[in-house]
Amino acid sequence: MASVAAPAEKKARRAPREHRRPSFWTIFWLIMAALYFLIPLYSTLQFSLETGQHSYGFKWYGQTFADPMFRTSFLFSLRLAVETVIIGLVLMVPTVYWVHLRLPQLRPLMDVVSILPFVVPPVALVVGLSGVFNVLPWMLSNSQILAFIYVILALPFTYRSLDAGMRAINVKTLTEAAQSVGAPGWKTLLFVILPNIRTAMLSGAFLTLAIVMGEYTISSLLLFNTFAVYMYYIGNTEAQPAAALAIISFTLTWGAMMGLFLLSRRRGRGSSPGVTAVSR
Amino acid sequence: MARLDLHGIHKEFGEVTALAELSLEVESGELVSLLGPSGCGKTTALRIVAGFEQPTRGELLVDGSDVIPVPASKRNMGMVFQAYSLFPNMTARQNVEFGLRMRKVARDKCRARAAELLELVGLAARVDNYPHELSGGQQQRVALARALAIEPAILLLDEPLSALDAKVRVDLRQQIRHVQQRLGITTLYVTHDQEEALSISDRIAVMSDGNLEQVGAPAEIYRSPHTEFVANFVGLMNGFDGRVQAADMVTIGSSERPIGVHEGHGCTAGGRVLVLIRPESVQLEELVDGAAVPDGAFEGKVLMHTFLGSVTRMNLSSDVGDLVADVPSLRALTMPPDTRVGVRVDPAGVKLLAR
Amino acid sequence: MPEDRDTVSSVSLETVSPLEARAPALPDEPSGRSRRPRMSRRGVLTWAGVVPFLAYAAFFLLIPVVVLVFKTFTTANGGFTLENVRALASGQYRASFIASIQVSIISAIGGGLFGLFVAYAAVRGRGPRFIQPLLTTFCGVASNFAGIPLAFAFIATLGANGVVTVLLADVGLHIYSHGFTIFSLAGLSLTYIYFQLPLMILVIAPSLEGLRVEWREAAENLGATQSQYWWRIGLPVLLPSLAGAMVLLFGNAFSAYATPYALSGGGINLVPIQIGQVLSGDVVITNPRLGDSLAFGMICIVGVTVLAYALLQRRAARWLR
Repeated sequence: MASVAAPAEKKARRAPREHRRPSFWTIFWLIMAALYFLIPLYSTLQFSLETGQHSYGFKWYGQTFADPMFRTSFLFSLRLAVETVIIGLVLMVPTVYWVHLRLPQLRPLMDVVSILPFVVPPVALVVGLSGVFNVLPWMLSNSQILAFIYVILALPFTYRSLDAGMRAINVKTLTEAAQSVGAPGWKTLLFVILPNIRTAMLSGAFLTLAIVMGEYTISSLLLFNTFAVYMYYIGNTEAQPAAALAIISFTLTWGAMMGLFLLSRRRGRGSSPGVTAVSR
Repeated sequence: MARLDLHGIHKEFGEVTALAELSLEVESGELVSLLGPSGCGKTTALRIVAGFEQPTRGELLVDGSDVIPVPASKRNMGMVFQAYSLFPNMTARQNVEFGLRMRKVARDKCRARAAELLELVGLAARVDNYPHELSGGQQQRVALARALAIEPAILLLDEPLSALDAKVRVDLRQQIRHVQQRLGITTLYVTHDQEEALSISDRIAVMSDGNLEQVGAPAEIYRSPHTEFVANFVGLMNGFDGRVQAADMVTIGSSERPIGVHEGHGCTAGGRVLVLIRPESVQLEELVDGAAVPDGAFEGKVLMHTFLGSVTRMNLSSDVGDLVADVPSLRALTMPPDTRVGVRVDPAGVKLLAR
Repeated sequence: MPEDRDTVSSVSLETVSPLEARAPALPDEPSGRSRRPRMSRRGVLTWAGVVPFLAYAAFFLLIPVVVLVFKTFTTANGGFTLENVRALASGQYRASFIASIQVSIISAIGGGLFGLFVAYAAVRGRGPRFIQPLLTTFCGVASNFAGIPLAFAFIATLGANGVVTVLLADVGLHIYSHGFTIFSLAGLSLTYIYFQLPLMILVIAPSLEGLRVEWREAAENLGATQSQYWWRIGLPVLLPSLAGAMVLLFGNAFSAYATPYALSGGGINLVPIQIGQVLSGDVVITNPRLGDSLAFGMICIVGVTVLAYALLQRRAARWLR
């Protein structure tokens, strides 16, 4: 028995393309890029491992890790990073959720506000902030203030991650579905929305981490001893431990970015756009 | 006006054979459709004709001369792509003029020709619009005008309607056919939509898995498919295992009741066959309260109605197995689901394939 | 002439059967008209939801900028003045703007073109499949690898005793005796390109992916050569994205502070460095409001680039989706 209907085919897929060899220029430019990326890293690595004329070892790394100032500044920056992530998420998640749910007409404004930190470079932001601090000097007495400022630096990335995450899950429908079975608003946010934007939150958090761990401009100008300030201080005195620090810092960034990449992989959406921070 | 011959065109992508020795002749002024499911090689065949792919072996003749060594840019074949192929930085007019400008045709001549062609496809009022200001259907009409502007020897269309809405698709395919016949241009048309192929073509070449299954006029393809694949791909078909009892008689499955067929099917008596029946060839009559099944019919029961407008498609169970029948909708009203029916088959609508 | 507006979103009379035509016009906003009368109270509550964020942004972003602009245009006594802005046009400040703009332009064009070629090679180069995700990840890392560690890396590479400097000297090319330093225009640009290149690749890759194969094939089919395709279609279509990306790189370089500061130890005359010096009191200046006007000038320049970028992106989006 073979009673068959015509196959209802929607989209014709194109036949597999011929596998042509990559051209000379393709290879040329990819190698140029690889060299440009890798030579400075290699140089730094070599520099950081040089312990004498022709001897190599981990001496500078050992010395760095043993330095109590390394530990204090690193932990200080790490604490700031965690605080920044928390403040940023507590501030942004409800806001972005609310805008998606109730105030979609506010989206253009949110877009503009969230790119303002690009328009106001960190060094200019410090100028403005010190104008404010002149009036409110007590604000500078606590290093916590840095975390609050870093939230602004990380704003474009946090906002874009969250916005993309919420756009992907159709917040409105989910919320209405949750409310139709009787969930109050805060429970909806906590148990329905949050689990679904976990990836977006994490990717925002990783980017924030990368930014804060490398941030120099604001902390140095406001005279706080963050990790980057410590790094600069070491670089001014000894070149080779500085190279070791650069490698450590690169490994950190790499770790954060790999975390981000793996996250977006798991979500199967390729890597997210705009993974660029502002610690220039 | 040109004649196109494909002789033993063979194409392999690595291990995969995309086209197996395809031979096809397209007469001057004829529109031939390449019809088949995705991956059957029809697009590859078209791209080989256009010059975007090189065949592994085989000959491609335009008016008798081999064009395989000729690069795509010199083949003088106008191609219409699936969608979004208009140059986004140029107006409709500039798009149409492009091919002529490449041929160093004088500016005013380009203009006149572009105006003429956009007029032909009904877009005279849109000459200065950019592609993003045009609807999908309008874009495809500009693409058609652009392909025709270079006065191509052959017109190639690669699923030009597949990205459009149903209604536009029907309008536009009629327009393409109209223009093609008016200009008398030799055309190769690739589609996976059997309805489209049936309605637009002089002849259809049905393909599957890189092989040519059957070439013929639309009515012929529909009425007497040569293979099971063609039978199933073109239109809806009931298929049963059966046995030839006499020159004009077959039985289906284990049923004893014979079905009449027209002679000349070429299958030997006693042989096992595939019995193919179009839904519109199935005739039903209502059997009131335990009435006997009439002669020449077998018994069935209505399972489901699908309203398709003028006809209603009915799924039935019967002595010989499940089948589908298309019944005029007014008649279908008298046979709601669960009705007992007598099923008859019009001998003219039965097609046998030897097993 | 029949008008077939048949894109998915737009529905015209022609494409809709009479049966369907009645259906779609209904509003799908449940909270639409019926609740209008109570809108005022609910509305206030609704808007209250974004107040914390807006207040935060106002306090840490908007007010500082307003203060800065205000101070730029006033004297210590509160009177209006253009003196602070005028000061930017002379002496070392003028020079710092010129130097900043120079290094930004060079690193934007250099990094931009380099990035364009690399991205094209990755996107359209028929290389192995893993190239593109690998490159994207690496660009994510590299564009974040900036500031102090980047400066150290380049000092280790091209500093007076850098690995590459020594290597070049071994083959007879003494770059430092030819006037090269790591904080010269060339050295700065080379360093900046390290974060410009990956940013360019990330920004331009989607546009390159948007260049449809059909355009190239259609052009070829109509008789165009490869270069005719590029001049008449490829480049014109890419131009807005390309310009937008380079403008973004310009702003990116212009704002850089940590990298040039660490490279030169603060001894280079760029706008951000000047601001830093005013702020940290490293230089004795007669006018304390110069920091504000320098920052104001900087925000204006970067602001214009971001605006230009946004406009160019919008234009590009029309052609490349």
